[in-house]
Amino acid sequence: MRLSKFAPRQAIKAGERKTTSAMIASIAADGVATRNAPFGHTLARLAHRRPGIVGLTADLAKYTDLHVFAQEHPDRFYQMGMAEQVLMSAAAGLAREGFTPFATTYAVFASRRAYDFICMAIAEENLDVKIVCALPGLTTGYGPSHQATEDIAIFRGLPNLTIIDPCDALDVEQATEAITDHKGPVYMRLLRGKVPVVLDSYGYQFQIGKARLLRHGSDVLFISSGLMTMRVLEAAKALEADRIGCAVMHVPTIKPLDAEAIRTAARQSGRMVVVAENHTIIGGLGEGVAALLMREGVTQVFRQIALPDEFLDAGALPTLHDRYGISTAEIVRRIREWTE
Amino acid sequence: MPRAGSNVSLAERAYRIRRHAVRMGEVQGQGYVGQALGVADVLAVAYFHALRYRPDDTQWEGRDRFLLSIGHYAIALYAALIEAGVLPEEELETYGTDDSRMPMSGMAAYTPGMEITGGSLGHGLGIAVGMCLGLKRKQSDSFVYNLLSDGELGEGSTWEAAMSAAHHKLDNLIAIVDFNNQQADGQSTATLSSEPVTDKFEAFGWHAQRVDGNDIEAVRAAFDIAKALKEPRPRVIVCDTLMAKGVPFLEARDITHFIRVEPHEWALALEALEKGRPQ
Repeated sequence: MRLSKFAPRQAIKAGERKTTSAMIASIAADGVATRNAPFGHTLARLAHRRPGIVGLTADLAKYTDLHVFAQEHPDRFYQMGMAEQVLMSAAAGLAREGFTPFATTYAVFASRRAYDFICMAIAEENLDVKIVCALPGLTTGYGPSHQATEDIAIFRGLPNLTIIDPCDALDVEQATEAITDHKGPVYMRLLRGKVPVVLDSYGYQFQIGKARLLRHGSDVLFISSGLMTMRVLEAAKALEADRIGCAVMHVPTIKPLDAEAIRTAARQSGRMVVVAENHTIIGGLGEGVAALLMREGVTQVFRQIALPDEFLDAGALPTLHDRYGISTAEIVRRIREWTE
Repeated sequence: MPRAGSNVSLAERAYRIRRHAVRMGEVQGQGYVGQALGVADVLAVAYFHALRYRPDDTQWEGRDRFLLSIGHYAIALYAALIEAGVLPEEELETYGTDDSRMPMSGMAAYTPGMEITGGSLGHGLGIAVGMCLGLKRKQSDSFVYNLLSDGELGEGSTWEAAMSAAHHKLDNLIAIVDFNNQQADGQSTATLSSEPVTDKFEAFGWHAQRVDGNDIEAVRAAFDIAKALKEPRPRVIVCDTLMAKGVPFLEARDITHFIRVEPHEWALALEALEKGRPQ
């Protein structure tokens, strides 16, 4: 049982202590191949043949990998300072003048502080602004001020806005290129820094609005987005030992949902549908899929792996992922429980 | 460009803008007529002296951009756009009705010449910052004008944008504040005072002027100074205006943010305007 937040703690011996509360923590498991700053490098490369691309940030270039673009194209980079409202409205203004602005900050600040500006200055006008945000869901141990556990819930109700939740470096790279070509506003959850490479072994190609079946299995159908696709792929491998066959469908576009692919996969009889997302259980991919299946008359056993409807603790990221049930080990444990 | 060869005075333009606005108010039996009457002189100077535009091509790349962040002032801008020949005068009969191109609150998708969607106050100046940056990228000599209200200065985002505009040395930005000292709950200075307003803008790095917004010559001179200034700073013209200017019995009303006008009073308002019409 956990201590009350306000009770004094016993000192932990130095060797047993996990690094806590770092703003930026790696989501890469030990030994996994990674690529550095896939978003920044891809955008910098695309900008050579797309003169309309400009980059803006609210004092978080380094923390959203936009510094790579800024170094390569200094005259096309706007430092807007710690001012997310003007970040978004200025991006709207640049789009009005025919440019393709990429505006970066943390997901909490875009979704909470700048929402009205994204809504009225960008989405209502269907402007070509790409909002790319680091620290989605639970990817920092810094506490609720930086944990964007409800960003998708906030944005899903916004007409015109495309929502992307990529899984790995490959997904980030391909999605960056795809959203550049896409006309209209996009919100993309960003994995930054050293980002794992996972999907290369699945013959994967990102396409806006398309879900991809990465793996077959007859007992469980995982439907997942973002880094949770990495986790359920690992869980699916581990569950082979229990003779539990797990299919994995990766849904990197949260809006618009690939209704056709999801319906077809979910219809296969005898498979439990488990939606896994790095987001609160309220208002995200899970509820989106549930509503879709209800509307389509697809009735399967349905489960959600998601963050609880709570403000989450500060701490080391692996501790928190275990605590809130989105680590590979916790996914495996719960699937065993549900399939008993 | 204002219609070539026109020798119509700015005062006459302002009179006609007021008349168009009152006629629109009459269609709906209500509306933000007080604001339109108050700001008519400023709009007359903007559209018939300062701005560069083509009435038949509102997307012309070489135009000056005029951003109305205060969406409820749409009635005033429609009146100016009618007078400028962007919208046909007959269309004012549709103001605020279903499927009209002239909804109660200004929206970019509805109306030619309406550059942005206003209504959620505090957005215009930030959008203007982005447009000014974009125009500079394109090496355009167009100006971006943003008409704000004094009440709108209460929005923090306005000041984010003000700081940003100065930081980026946006000398192609001219903000106009319609300071009528009225907002929804009463006097602006009693609701959340922005005074001393020019000091604030100057402290933010702007070139600031304050004029009687119902004195056409003073407004014209202020626009000329703002445009001609060589300093690498954004410019603001704070215009003190009188709500419902030109219709004395409405000027005298205490609560003028959303004027109630009785059905018989619309004709009286038009008569009052006619009395004050420049000779």
